Amino acid sequence: MEWEIVIGLEVHVQLATKSKLFSGASTRFGAAPNTQACAVDLAMPGTLPVPNEEAFRHAVMFGLAMNAEIGRRSVFERKNYFYPDLPKGYQTTQLAQPIVGPGEIEIHLEDGSSKKVRLHHAHLEEDAGKSLHETIFETHGHGMSGIDLNRAGTPLIEIVSEPDMRSAAEAVAYLKKIHSIVTYLGISDGDMSQGSMRCDANVSVRLKGEEKLGTRAEIKNINSFRFVEKAIVVEAQRQIDLIEDGGSVVQETRLYDSDKNETRSMRSKEVANDYRYFPCPDLLPVELSEDYVETVRSRLPELPDAKYARFQSEYSLSAYDADQLTQERAVADYFETVAKESGEPKLAANWVMGELAALLNREELPIERSPVSAEQLAGLIARITDNTISSKIAKQVFEAMAAGEGDADAVIEKRGLKQVSDTGAIEKMVDEVIAASPAQVENYRKAEEAKRPKMMGYFVGQIMKASKGQANPQMINKILKEKLDALL
Amino acid sequence: MHQLTIAEIIRGLRDRQFSSVEITGHLLGRIEQLDGNYNSFITVTPEQALQQAAAADERLTAGGAPALCGVPLAHKDIFCTEGVRTSCGSKMLDNFTPPYDATVVENFNNAGAVTLGKTNMDEFAMGSSNETSYYGPVKNPWNTNCVPGGSSGGSAAAVAAQLAPGATATDTGGSIRQPAALTNTTGLKPTYGRVSRWGMIAFASSLDQGGPIARNAEDAAYLLSAMAGHDPKDSTSLYRPVPDYTAGLNGDIAGLRIGVPAEYFSDDLNPQVAARVQDALKEYEKLGAQLVEVSLPHTHLAVPAYYVIAPAEASANLSRFDGVRYGHRCEDPRDLRDLYMRSRGEGFGEEVQRRILVGTYALSAGYYDAYYNKAQQVRRLIKQDFVQAFEKVDVIMGPTTPSPAFALGEKKADPVAMYLEDIYTIAANLAGLPGMSLPCGLVNNLPVGLQIIGNYLDEARMLNVAHRYQQVTDWHKASAA
Repeated sequence: MEWEIVIGLEVHVQLATKSKLFSGASTRFGAAPNTQACAVDLAMPGTLPVPNEEAFRHAVMFGLAMNAEIGRRSVFERKNYFYPDLPKGYQTTQLAQPIVGPGEIEIHLEDGSSKKVRLHHAHLEEDAGKSLHETIFETHGHGMSGIDLNRAGTPLIEIVSEPDMRSAAEAVAYLKKIHSIVTYLGISDGDMSQGSMRCDANVSVRLKGEEKLGTRAEIKNINSFRFVEKAIVVEAQRQIDLIEDGGSVVQETRLYDSDKNETRSMRSKEVANDYRYFPCPDLLPVELSEDYVETVRSRLPELPDAKYARFQSEYSLSAYDADQLTQERAVADYFETVAKESGEPKLAANWVMGELAALLNREELPIERSPVSAEQLAGLIARITDNTISSKIAKQVFEAMAAGEGDADAVIEKRGLKQVSDTGAIEKMVDEVIAASPAQVENYRKAEEAKRPKMMGYFVGQIMKASKGQANPQMINKILKEKLDALL
Repeated sequence: MHQLTIAEIIRGLRDRQFSSVEITGHLLGRIEQLDGNYNSFITVTPEQALQQAAAADERLTAGGAPALCGVPLAHKDIFCTEGVRTSCGSKMLDNFTPPYDATVVENFNNAGAVTLGKTNMDEFAMGSSNETSYYGPVKNPWNTNCVPGGSSGGSAAAVAAQLAPGATATDTGGSIRQPAALTNTTGLKPTYGRVSRWGMIAFASSLDQGGPIARNAEDAAYLLSAMAGHDPKDSTSLYRPVPDYTAGLNGDIAGLRIGVPAEYFSDDLNPQVAARVQDALKEYEKLGAQLVEVSLPHTHLAVPAYYVIAPAEASANLSRFDGVRYGHRCEDPRDLRDLYMRSRGEGFGEEVQRRILVGTYALSAGYYDAYYNKAQQVRRLIKQDFVQAFEKVDVIMGPTTPSPAFALGEKKADPVAMYLEDIYTIAANLAGLPGMSLPCGLVNNLPVGLQIIGNYLDEARMLNVAHRYQQVTDWHKASAA
């Protein structure tokens, strides 16, 4: 039997507004518990919500970037449930009339192909606070629970896709696309490790060719791209095994355990929550004028898709390179600076995706905090193109730059890494190696014409070694061939 | 001195006939001496009142003080007062002291008014008799065996008993007008959004509105002028300038078109109450007004729609009282569920629990369309009734309540009979219209209220219309004290 996996994602993105969705309290991450929660966030009696205009602007920017309809009239509703980290006993969210309506985006896959994913809608809502358990045992006693309401009321947009994805890879590509859009727009830092972006995956399976959707399970709160991929893979397999064994999938909420790489059922006791949504009477419907929407549109920055197309046309990059370089706005900006300053877009792309990416990965640094600036990397590339150093030496220079030894020129100077292009010096090295390698010279002489170029490798290696890699490789080749051929 | 109206106190303070400290001290003494009979206050704040009065006297001496500077008032215990316990008539908030003032309280404080204390009320403003208060029922100063009405029964009784010349109150379905009617006071529920709801503990957010209870329309105008206005902290407050409501009094009402809805004179209405109201309408004709028959055909649906919408909103509004952050928490909760169930079960009284259950039911999956949605449709029809009526008339008049004050305990066991107390007042809340009640006679020595319903933001006209009547009648001067 051939199975098809069907995936829809619900992505929560924390908006980068300074204050909360309905109060003036700060949204900064990492403050001491309950120091960023005002009377409104604590749901003190008689307090009232006042919507944050900036959050609406962010949501509209997002909707426009998703090619979506903008809800000209959006309505906040109350979603009722009791939980200690939900101070009002309801979450203020949108349901029937969200700020962002249906839309569509294109995702780019590893194999270079593209695919459209439809957006069902995106809505504004407030985040809940956080319950603290084990972490406060030491300070507050074993078995105690604490509530931190710093996050309560932080604005989120919940982005709900149609069930258009057919593999874990597609789901990750979609999630990365959402990530790149929100970070391009500057409406979120998109940091999954801090919970600025969280993902719920609705996963179902069906036989290939079947039109009806299978029963889905919702995997809650997955907090990294890698886990999204793994969670979907294991959940789909679980469902397939279940059905093939004669069982059936139950619609339920599941949790992904990354340690065991498995999903398991949660909230099995609380069957079918009735949230009793109704329009929030403390908040009037928000109506957006066409002018407002158009003003927001006119101020949108260049978006990933446009950059992706432009990088291919303007810098002759491959689709793959353009995709890699445009996923993050900071990476795209970095690349573009290097490309422009060095005048070598292809080399710039290779360096940014190669050495630089490896360095940042190793040091676990975001590109914004790269130890080698874009200008410095451009300077290094310039030394490659003007033959001051070889590509191989350049890697060495780059490491030194990363270690804080200064610009490329300073490193090359200090370490004496300048490429040797002096004919006399190279001739001397060639002569010495030939003199020290009588057996190899003999072999060369005896060899057939066609095999000789390959046999030169040994001599080149010896010469490079003698020059500590600094001899100009083109010159070595030329001089060596002349000298060896003279011995024939 | 306690017989003085607010207008008279304002003049007396400015003419140095007495100081704010003097009148404040006098009223505090009266509360101390007499409120045991009425139970109209939950909390009296003598120290703070005298400090405020002394500060007001200094402002008055310095000159340029606002009109209400030095005038002693009482606030319904639904308005948060910084540093003063705000209970909302509930055990749930018996231990709650807000760290902030309601905007209404702040407005009065800025105007230099003096707060005597916090008045008794039905628990979370749910009730029409003031019998649901955790602090015991309020007694009607006209007959202490009778209820003063509710939920603003404490404010109305305090004014009627001349313990305060005026008081703040709130009205979700009649909670200003009905107690005003039953205590011979003048109460005004403004247009929805005219007075900020910030710091006013929510019952049903789309219906709640703060307003004054006073001894006459002129005093109500003084109080409303200070209370009303846009508040950036309340998204539903109206962004419209506030007129000086006292400036519009004394206007001619010749030619005023008064709508009289047949539906407000149905069989439910006590005939003696009907007669007093008809007398008042005749008085208006003498003043040159013209009576116009109007129809409000959906009147009979107001109470059922209200008892879906108000409890629905309340069921969510009261979820925050969970024993987690403030308010009543049960002893030694076993687990989270126990904490919720016992804290709320112990903290809320019977009527509050009933309404939370009704509201939760009305919003539940499978019932939402039949109840909540249907009630919202009815609400639109009721609003439409008024819009059409106001095409033909300037104000609408009728009785405030179907009967005068009833005996304590009489309707306590029969919620539906209690709900029907608000049969004539609820529609104005559903439509968001301003409504007033003013004294128009006595039946068996119990007061009867005339209700005026005005068009949106037409409070100035309503106050003038009421004031004109009070210039030619003395009913409002009749005193229980």
